[in-house]
Amino acid sequence: MNKTSEFQNIKEWYLKNFKSFEEKLNGDSKTFLHDLRKGAINQLAETDFPSTKEEEWKFTNISPILKQNFIPAVSLGKKNYSLSKEEIKKYLFSGFDYYLMTFINGIFTEGLSDLSGLPKGVTVNSLSSLLKKNPEYINGKISKYVKAENAFNLLNRAYSTDGAVIIVNDGVALEKPIQILYLTGDNENPVLSVPHNMIIAGKNSQVSVLGVFASSDGKTHFTNSLTEVFADESAIVDLYKIQNENDHSYHYEKVEAYQLKKSIFNHYNFAFGAEIVRNDINSTLDDENIETHYYGLYLANGKRLVDNHTFVDHAKPNCMSNELYKGILDDDARGVFNGKIIVRKDAQKTNAYQQNKTVLLSNRAKVNTKPQLEIFADDVKCTHGATVGHLDDAAYYYIRTRGIPSELANSMLIRAFANDVVEVVKIEPLREQLNHLIFEHLHRVEIENK
Amino acid sequence: MLVIKNLHANIEGKEILKGIDLEIKAGEVHAIMGPNGSGKSTLANVLAGNEGFEVTAGEIIFEGKNLLDLDPEDRAREGVFLAFQYPVEIPGVSNATFLKTAINEVRKYHNLPELTPKEFLSLMKEKSKILGMEDSLINRSVNVGFSGGEKKRNEIFQLLMLNPKLALLDETDSGLDIDALKIVSNGVNIFKAKDKAVLVVTHYQRLLNYIQPDFVHVLYKGKIIKSGGKELALELEDKGYDWIKPELVETETA
Repeated sequence: MNKTSEFQNIKEWYLKNFKSFEEKLNGDSKTFLHDLRKGAINQLAETDFPSTKEEEWKFTNISPILKQNFIPAVSLGKKNYSLSKEEIKKYLFSGFDYYLMTFINGIFTEGLSDLSGLPKGVTVNSLSSLLKKNPEYINGKISKYVKAENAFNLLNRAYSTDGAVIIVNDGVALEKPIQILYLTGDNENPVLSVPHNMIIAGKNSQVSVLGVFASSDGKTHFTNSLTEVFADESAIVDLYKIQNENDHSYHYEKVEAYQLKKSIFNHYNFAFGAEIVRNDINSTLDDENIETHYYGLYLANGKRLVDNHTFVDHAKPNCMSNELYKGILDDDARGVFNGKIIVRKDAQKTNAYQQNKTVLLSNRAKVNTKPQLEIFADDVKCTHGATVGHLDDAAYYYIRTRGIPSELANSMLIRAFANDVVEVVKIEPLREQLNHLIFEHLHRVEIENK
Repeated sequence: MLVIKNLHANIEGKEILKGIDLEIKAGEVHAIMGPNGSGKSTLANVLAGNEGFEVTAGEIIFEGKNLLDLDPEDRAREGVFLAFQYPVEIPGVSNATFLKTAINEVRKYHNLPELTPKEFLSLMKEKSKILGMEDSLINRSVNVGFSGGEKKRNEIFQLLMLNPKLALLDETDSGLDIDALKIVSNGVNIFKAKDKAVLVVTHYQRLLNYIQPDFVHVLYKGKIIKSGGKELALELEDKGYDWIKPELVETETA
């Protein structure tokens, strides 16, 4: 079987299954969203899954994802996974107050969520319930700014029925973060989870969202998420992503942020798990005095692959973007970083910074890193840098001269390397929990600050 | 305590130490002086186990053990401590975590129980006071955001916390103002004891006003070319190194 026919096959699988999926939708199949779904499935029929022949996917061979017939949760038809609030605690981050939304296989599960006490001016809904309550609100907003859709995005839109929709009205600052657990896994079938999320932050509003992706068991599954962020004038949106799924799963997410005047969007991307991870993170800075910050920490071991593609589109003058991505790769792991920045002709006085640093813990680990700056304005400050290396020899020696053995010294240096991404996390109790996950995923002895 | 015999060491194939002989007994303070590039720091680092240097000949016996057989961590556990000329920053790892790990690793090696958090904290308080360091330092990352002087002070703080047998001080005085120099020297003098030894590596005599050496050795081009008492340091301060160099020629031709 050659590659092309294999690709066609899996696409056939998703196309063929759309009929039976539609039948399970009941009333939802009459909504405007379903028309969009049908549009997406028709587009998918015309679109191939990306191959390594494409520049954007050159180093990321997704064929393992295309070998499995993943089944959307709706088609599985299972409603009850009989999980208790107590049982999901182990997937959550703690030590701070938060509102909670839980999605099992991409489907909102009210019994495992807690949205009590939301202040006036903040509406948090699942996409499915909002469609019932107030479809007009999202009609015209949903997918409005999602650009350059690939087959994964179309697959998401074709099959997605649910997701988190967070709406913060003008002038409202939500103090507690919203933690969203995306728990995926089915003990019988390889499940496809396709949440479609929207964060809509009004003028002068403030919101912090913490998306946690986890697996309910050790079996393979495919999470294919789409998250849209809309930040109106002077809004501040913090979006954390902690991808903590099992090492046999696959993960794709597209984040599409659209920002207006003086807004700030901070994206914190922690990629810890999954066999193949690909993040496409895009921001359009479509007004003046906007700030965009991308922080990323990715780690992989075994034969895992983690790919982060970021794209900051400076469309207007006087904006700044700052990007810091750090990677830790062990064993035969592969990392890919592609940081694209466009400074359009109008975007004078742009400040754009980008840094990617990767440390290789084994001689077999590899990273492909590429800054991609396209600058069409003449009065801008843009810098980028990429480093790839091993843990610092001088520091390693220093630590050992204090009686600390090699293994612990390496762990200290791993912690030190990750530190400048971990320490920018505003939710302070998260930091030590993130550090813990670094060592858990790398199977290395943990260094804990107490 | 320490016997160095005919020690030769290379870095990247270039010979830096060309036959060092030195004996340091418990209770003694030795100073190694010499011009830049004479091999002073190399000697300190070879003793501490820096893998960037290759020992090509000779031996180092510390408390009856062959140091050259030991990794840096085991040398530290046996009681060798190097105060670095350029201490390293370790962001994200607090001084408390760092020192607790170090002390407990050393204790483990000697089959001693770990310090309780309370014991550790009171030790930390006691020692930081000697060096005039603030309590907040405990939770700060190792050497991060420290000035050059604060880093040196922190090295001596670590020395007091780990309480080894042999302290190697590599240019500890460089970058210190007079007040800091006094504080740091006071720390070293508190460390000094009958069962401890100190090897001070320094370019200048200044530090030796505060840490009085029993013996002064002049290292030149990888060899000790002259040894004497503390008055030798003053003589060097006065006359520089040039007046000794001919002696080297004589010894070499003799």
